[in-house]
Amino acid sequence: MTAAVNAHGLVKAFGDVRAVDGIDLDIGEGEIFGVLGPNGAGKTTMLKMLATLLKIDEGEASIFGVDVRREPHRVRQLIGVTGQYASVDENLTATENLWMFGRLQGLSSRRSRDTAAQLLEQFGLTDAADKRIAQFSGGMRRRLDLAASLITRPPLIFLDEPTTGLDPRTRGQMWETIRDLVASGCTVLLTTQYLDEADQLAGRIAVIDRGRKVAEGTPDELKTSVGNLTLQLRLAPGADFSLAADVVRRQLGEEPVLTPESGQLNVALETADRVADVLIGLRQAGVHIASVGVDKPTLDEVFLALTGHDTAEDESEQPDATVPGPMRKEIPQEVAR
Amino acid sequence: MTTITIDSRAAVARAQSRPSPADTFRQIMTMAWRATKKMRRNPEQFFDVTLQPILFTAMFAYIFGGAISGSVKSYLPLMIPGILAQTVLTTSMATGTQLREDIDKGVFDRFRSLPMARIAPLAGPMVADLLRYTIAATITFGMGLALGYRPGGGVLGVVGAILLAVITGWSLAWVFTCLGTVARSAQSVQGISMMIMFPLTFLSNAFVPVDTLPGWLAAFVKVNPVSHLVSADRDLANHAHVSVEAGWTLVACVIVIAVFAPLSVKLYKRHL
Repeated sequence: MTAAVNAHGLVKAFGDVRAVDGIDLDIGEGEIFGVLGPNGAGKTTMLKMLATLLKIDEGEASIFGVDVRREPHRVRQLIGVTGQYASVDENLTATENLWMFGRLQGLSSRRSRDTAAQLLEQFGLTDAADKRIAQFSGGMRRRLDLAASLITRPPLIFLDEPTTGLDPRTRGQMWETIRDLVASGCTVLLTTQYLDEADQLAGRIAVIDRGRKVAEGTPDELKTSVGNLTLQLRLAPGADFSLAADVVRRQLGEEPVLTPESGQLNVALETADRVADVLIGLRQAGVHIASVGVDKPTLDEVFLALTGHDTAEDESEQPDATVPGPMRKEIPQEVAR
Repeated sequence: MTTITIDSRAAVARAQSRPSPADTFRQIMTMAWRATKKMRRNPEQFFDVTLQPILFTAMFAYIFGGAISGSVKSYLPLMIPGILAQTVLTTSMATGTQLREDIDKGVFDRFRSLPMARIAPLAGPMVADLLRYTIAATITFGMGLALGYRPGGGVLGVVGAILLAVITGWSLAWVFTCLGTVARSAQSVQGISMMIMFPLTFLSNAFVPVDTLPGWLAAFVKVNPVSHLVSADRDLANHAHVSVEAGWTLVACVIVIAVFAPLSVKLYKRHL
């Protein structure tokens, strides 16, 4: 079977900066494939190249076997693109927007209207059908935007940070919608800077950093590559951080990840049995702890282990996102090594 | 959505390698529909085509009428076709500014990602603008009539004059559309357009007889396409006469479209 997306050696340079620097992708039909990386890693640039929105400087790409460079018009008939910022018309109502996009893609006026009504219902927007988009909330816009990508039921959907800036409830709804899409036979390529989002949705993940792919695999594979378990310690207020780190290093022979602001100390663990050694060591050194837990590593730690720097570092280095993304609260902002 | 399953192979087989002329036409008309919706919801967009002809016609008639033709009434047959040309050309200028504003909006990202003819987002608003030209031209003549202008060419002559002005405005709009695709901001489109428009309309025979001008200026005025439009419209509105000037105007229109329409599409594609 032909792959939904096949890309080899993709390169996009803006001046001296290679925003995308030789990326290979192979995405099967019916997959949810996640592209994970910090702001400026080249995710959006890569997606725009695959979606015919940016010229491919070097490399080859095909969508369901159709060459992106040579036959962009055909590729556009196979994809739906939902960007970071809602690409719907502010001056029109929800119905008018969907009707227009239907007409532009060759549906009859009547079918466009029917499809619009059906999509609005499916996305819970029927009540807002005749409201102008200017009056829509952020979450409603995103849903309408996704609905607009589904009018002709393209077999491949590109989602560029579909939930950035959404509240947790709306985010959950969006995740449901994306899962439904795949259940209907659609392939989804989504980019995200939210590590838990990739974990929740994607069957496979590519980790992108500075225009290069640094790892690829299932969420579990990526986590296992870092270590099976993580010991998460929260130190009591006033506890000596460097002393605690020394103890952990001595007991486990591993470098802990520190977040002093939240009193957090994480470290990879071979087996859960070793926890006792660490706790005894801390007791003997006189370091008090507030809480202790053992868990599988988060993708934060995966990212750190793969790239040697944390996800917040790359801001504004590369022209990936034109507008700075929201603060990534779940990522430790300062990680001492 | 679970009721319908998606078949990628069928979709690949269905995919056309380029938009057919029928597709292109439908897409242009859909974009025109969008532009008229936008106009109706932002009525201030009609200010330039309604207020400007009223204001300028009255102003120019009373300021220049006595000086140039001895009286307002005898100036009107000379001036109304001139002001008609000016009005329609200023209206065509707005096309570029609005396109620039539009391209920056998120919805253009979607237009680019859709399988649509690249000319549709440019030509659609221009089709809708035909409405604006017609309004502007009609109001100009209406204002002239109110001031006492009695066109000798009759209804047919006036309709002919309006039609020629609309065609010219529409053709010139391609120049400004082209500007709209290259300029960095709507303001810069506005600025550059003004620099083109002012010499083009004022260095013509629109408001003054050419024989009052110094020789070097008269030479430019004679080749200025706006002069041809104004002369042709005078012949039509005042004498119901289709002169050779009308022919020259149409030739100029064809040349402008032939150069700037493909160029605009090319420059618009460059945004991809």
